[in-house]
Amino acid sequence: MNSVGIFAARKTPWEIVADNFSLLAMALLAFGAVVFLVFVLAERTSVKAQEWIKYIVFIAPAVLLLLVGLIYPTIRTLIFSFMDARSENFVGFENYIWAFTIPEIVTVLRNTAIWVVMVPLVSTSIGLAIAYMTDRMKRPGIIKSLIFMPMAISFVGAGVIWKFVYSYEPNDKRPEIGLLSAISKALNGSAPNWLLEIPLNTFLLIIVMIWIQTGFAMVVLAAAMKNIPDEVVEAAMLDGASPVKRFFQVTMPMIRATIVVVLTTITIGTLKVFDIVRTMTGGNFQTNVIANEMYSQAFRQFNFGTGSALAIILFVAIIPIIWYNIRQLRRERTER
Amino acid sequence: MSTLRRRLVAVGAIAIASSLVLAGCATSSDEADSGSTSSSGGSSGGDSSANCDAYADYMGMEGSEVEIYTTIIDPEASTFIESYAEFEECTGITITWNGTQEFEAQLAVRTEGGTAPDLAVFPQPGLLKVFKDSLKPATAELEASVDANYTPDWKLYGTADGTFFAAPLGANVKSFVWYSPKTFADNGWDIPTTWAELLALSDQIAAEGNVQPWCVGFGSGAATGWAGTDWMEDIMLRLYDGATYDAWTTGELPFNDPKVKAVIDEAAKVIKNPDYVGDVASIATTTFQEAGFGIVDGSCAMHRQASFLGGILVGDAGATIVNPEDTDVEGGITTFYFPGVSEDSKPALGGGEFVGRLTDNDAAAAVQLYLASADWNNKKAAIGGWFSAHKGLDTANVGDPVNKVAVEILQNATLFRFDGSDVMPAGVGAGSFWTEMTAWVAEDKDNQAVLDAIYATWPY
Repeated sequence: MNSVGIFAARKTPWEIVADNFSLLAMALLAFGAVVFLVFVLAERTSVKAQEWIKYIVFIAPAVLLLLVGLIYPTIRTLIFSFMDARSENFVGFENYIWAFTIPEIVTVLRNTAIWVVMVPLVSTSIGLAIAYMTDRMKRPGIIKSLIFMPMAISFVGAGVIWKFVYSYEPNDKRPEIGLLSAISKALNGSAPNWLLEIPLNTFLLIIVMIWIQTGFAMVVLAAAMKNIPDEVVEAAMLDGASPVKRFFQVTMPMIRATIVVVLTTITIGTLKVFDIVRTMTGGNFQTNVIANEMYSQAFRQFNFGTGSALAIILFVAIIPIIWYNIRQLRRERTER
Repeated sequence: MSTLRRRLVAVGAIAIASSLVLAGCATSSDEADSGSTSSSGGSSGGDSSANCDAYADYMGMEGSEVEIYTTIIDPEASTFIESYAEFEECTGITITWNGTQEFEAQLAVRTEGGTAPDLAVFPQPGLLKVFKDSLKPATAELEASVDANYTPDWKLYGTADGTFFAAPLGANVKSFVWYSPKTFADNGWDIPTTWAELLALSDQIAAEGNVQPWCVGFGSGAATGWAGTDWMEDIMLRLYDGATYDAWTTGELPFNDPKVKAVIDEAAKVIKNPDYVGDVASIATTTFQEAGFGIVDGSCAMHRQASFLGGILVGDAGATIVNPEDTDVEGGITTFYFPGVSEDSKPALGGGEFVGRLTDNDAAAAVQLYLASADWNNKKAAIGGWFSAHKGLDTANVGDPVNKVAVEILQNATLFRFDGSDVMPAGVGAGSFWTEMTAWVAEDKDNQAVLDAIYATWPY
């Protein structure tokens, strides 16, 4: 009797199942009613109305998912960015003022700017150079694979690998495991603690991203170069254009649209960079970037106001690039 | 394509879309039922063999069932189940140990959904206060037992809004300095018993020049800097009383107050002294685990860290945990108490769990009372790897040398406080306090500048 006593007041598993079943039955009933209604409506409408229904039925799921997965979160984030830490009271532009005045966050914005300038330019330049050099090569496979390989490594994996490269052992009595430090110690007798050297450390992290993105740039640009008609290149050669001149006056203009796409794609990826910074420095030593600070603010310090404000800043920064990218694609389509 | 077929496709798509909407509506409306749990009244007499006499206070509830909801999972959970097996056999109460890592989120769901567990083991006092409206006040017996067996600080952590709810369970201690007894014996160093002696010993080791006096590491991935907050908290407890510490953690004492400045100045004497720690900036890139390796291989003498470091050093650095007397074991490590300003001031920094009751089940109250008894604490400690702050806990039952030191620290503690950064607002305790302690060493940021920067982020 008393063993049942405790459980009597609690829900038994059967009660929980029964509850859920009645809910399921109700849902099915409502579902059936809607189906019936649609059938009746479709039967009674004109051909023109049927056309309209067709459009709505096909677009609705996509629009619904976009609303739930993209539009709604964006609006919510925008509203949160004007509210306090717990999203209870409106605070006006306080979170944005915070983002542009607190020195730590200004450093974050500055670093993100450095990333966005450096990574796309350097990785696209190197990728372009390698693509051009291997374009007429007999067996470019090995070189291209080696350069493309970092692309297959996750950002976190790359961060961990490079962390070992930059690792530094301050105690002379213990072995040095950092590759760069070991080389530097062998040559100079000493090494800096790489990840602590401001502002060098931000550039050391940027190298990791360039290492990954160069392969992407190279592969896409090499494919575009393959599409340049042989006659154009041959004509330039017959006219006596030097390889350098050929590169700048034939190849570059011919793949201009692709270069823009590569640049903008890498720029968007760089604006969102998070994993490399998080695994290598955790955002310390003045190497923080927007995405990492946004995560810390919102999900570690539970300040949804400042976190959302940073997310919106990131969002606004990406919009013009996406707009330019789309316009470029459209223009390319009309040209061909 | 026939219009019928087209129509069917259209119908299907609408149906799917509308059922999605329906499903969304359905989930939001099923939290109506409330529940209350009745207590169970048992009456039949159990078998009273001789060894069950110790459980006389908990008799009369045969056949009752008690669920303990907790974050503690296997392998630890099985040691708890073993510890109360005899209690279950004698009293006839069946205890279900329900461990989950989703404790914090699920406890709220269960208390609101009317399926609250009988007992909940709260891993930190802050969470206990969140559930104060669901918790049942402690029985008079439990309150008397806790008054008699724990220092007042522990009772205070089980109290919310002046009502005592939850009795302490296990404990952990952070006020440790790890060292190698062999290194100390070989060099003829003595264990310091005051803060001044600790600094004097550090000076002596630095002057001898063979070993680096301290190994310090703040590195811990995205949580880099927390080890620095522990230094601040421990020294705060040493320089001031509990009230000042509480004022600091709750924000009543501004973070850039001269009192806090005195704490960081004191910490700087060790952490920012290159004679003690070598390269100061590298503290930020050295993980707290790696820093401990130096104790094992003899490259440094002391490392301030919580008790859990022992397991890491045994596993990753091939260390052996020994008694302080075992001075001939290569790679043997143990701890001494991170000393107070004077020999009779013994504050301790640490943590612990608290058992709160959420139902009116009499058997649950009995189990709660039993878990606060000296009998159970000794039984649990004897199984190994565990200790508590219970005054009745006999150190003879605590096998591990480090845990023995921990129990002594807790039983002699003149002041006990929980990790302050866990109590502070997350923006500070898991944000600026970490990052600023990191900048303090990595960028050689000035003491006052560090405190001002943390103060600026405090949501006053």
